[in-house]
Amino acid sequence: MLDVKAGDDASFELLLQKYRTPLVNFLFRMVRDTATAEDLAQEVFLRVYRARKEYSPSAKFTTWLFRIATNLALNSVRDNRHRRMEVSLDAPVEEDEAPLQVPTREMRIDEHMVERDRADFIRRAVASLPEKQRVAVLLHKYEEMDYGEIARILDCSESALKSLLFRAYENLRVQLAPLVSQAVPHRAGEGRPV
Amino acid sequence: MKCEDVSKELIAYLDRRANSAERHNVEEHLSACSDCRTRAEELRRLWNVLDEVPMVEPSLGFDARMRARIAEEPRPRWFNWLVPQPRLAFSMALLLALSVWMVQRPQDNSGLAAQSEHEQFQVIKNLDVLENYDVLSKFDALDEVPLEPTPAPADQAQPNDQQQDDGG
Repeated sequence: MLDVKAGDDASFELLLQKYRTPLVNFLFRMVRDTATAEDLAQEVFLRVYRARKEYSPSAKFTTWLFRIATNLALNSVRDNRHRRMEVSLDAPVEEDEAPLQVPTREMRIDEHMVERDRADFIRRAVASLPEKQRVAVLLHKYEEMDYGEIARILDCSESALKSLLFRAYENLRVQLAPLVSQAVPHRAGEGRPV
Repeated sequence: MKCEDVSKELIAYLDRRANSAERHNVEEHLSACSDCRTRAEELRRLWNVLDEVPMVEPSLGFDARMRARIAEEPRPRWFNWLVPQPRLAFSMALLLALSVWMVQRPQDNSGLAAQSEHEQFQVIKNLDVLENYDVLSKFDALDEVPLEPTPAPADQAQPNDQQQDDGG
């Protein structure tokens, strides 16, 4: 990033190559729409490019990058929610907006749901978490950030983050119970479970 | 360690980021509490479930669109160093205005000083006239000024004083 700050456009290209996929994935898991996620990712990179002269290496680049991404994603989610509320309060609930139907343990989900549906079911469970819990899980589970970095992005203490993560995973454990009961646990010494 | 206390450290224990003391405390509790042991096991399974979500790849046109947007951004020019930042420009303008005001304040005082100097000059210019007693004493215009009544002679006033003394 310091090379980008010095005006090296090739270094910006390297940043783009390195972070575009994790950023698009993070944003997709936040907004659940690929087109919106890509637009937001472009906006994040553009903001990084515009602010390159003011960049100071006091924090990790990824902290800065995902903080911008988090703010943009949360704004987009809130704007989208407001827009939908303005359209019509009497409009029928879309399939996508239907309350999360948690399959019962008796259902043989692995027999009736194709892999894509399972993934969608998991995505919807993550998307149903409160905003802060959702960001914490995505950064912890999928971006594998350390607690200090996530706490800085969410502007909270590490202790508060640990409680937040526990509540988030507890919510997911309950919502995804039918899948959890069938999953194979990590074995000891297998490596980092996350 | 109580169940509530373990819940805060459980995630760090499961993702192996807890320090040895925290790990020891959690393990001690899990060996004694079957509920927390079950919960920990389910959380481990949950992480496997979350891994089932496939990664999405940015579309093929993502990089090209990004480069196009970057190309539209204004490029830094060699003369950019001449153009001050807005905040710097405002500060400099403010400083300049303050300097002008400070410079003008002494000028106002010198104006007053110049005015008093002018008055002094007028006085000095007429000083020879004011100091020349002959001119003033023989000034014709003084003849037209009515004379003030002269005070009574001292010998006429004396008897009255005596009478007053006698009466007293």
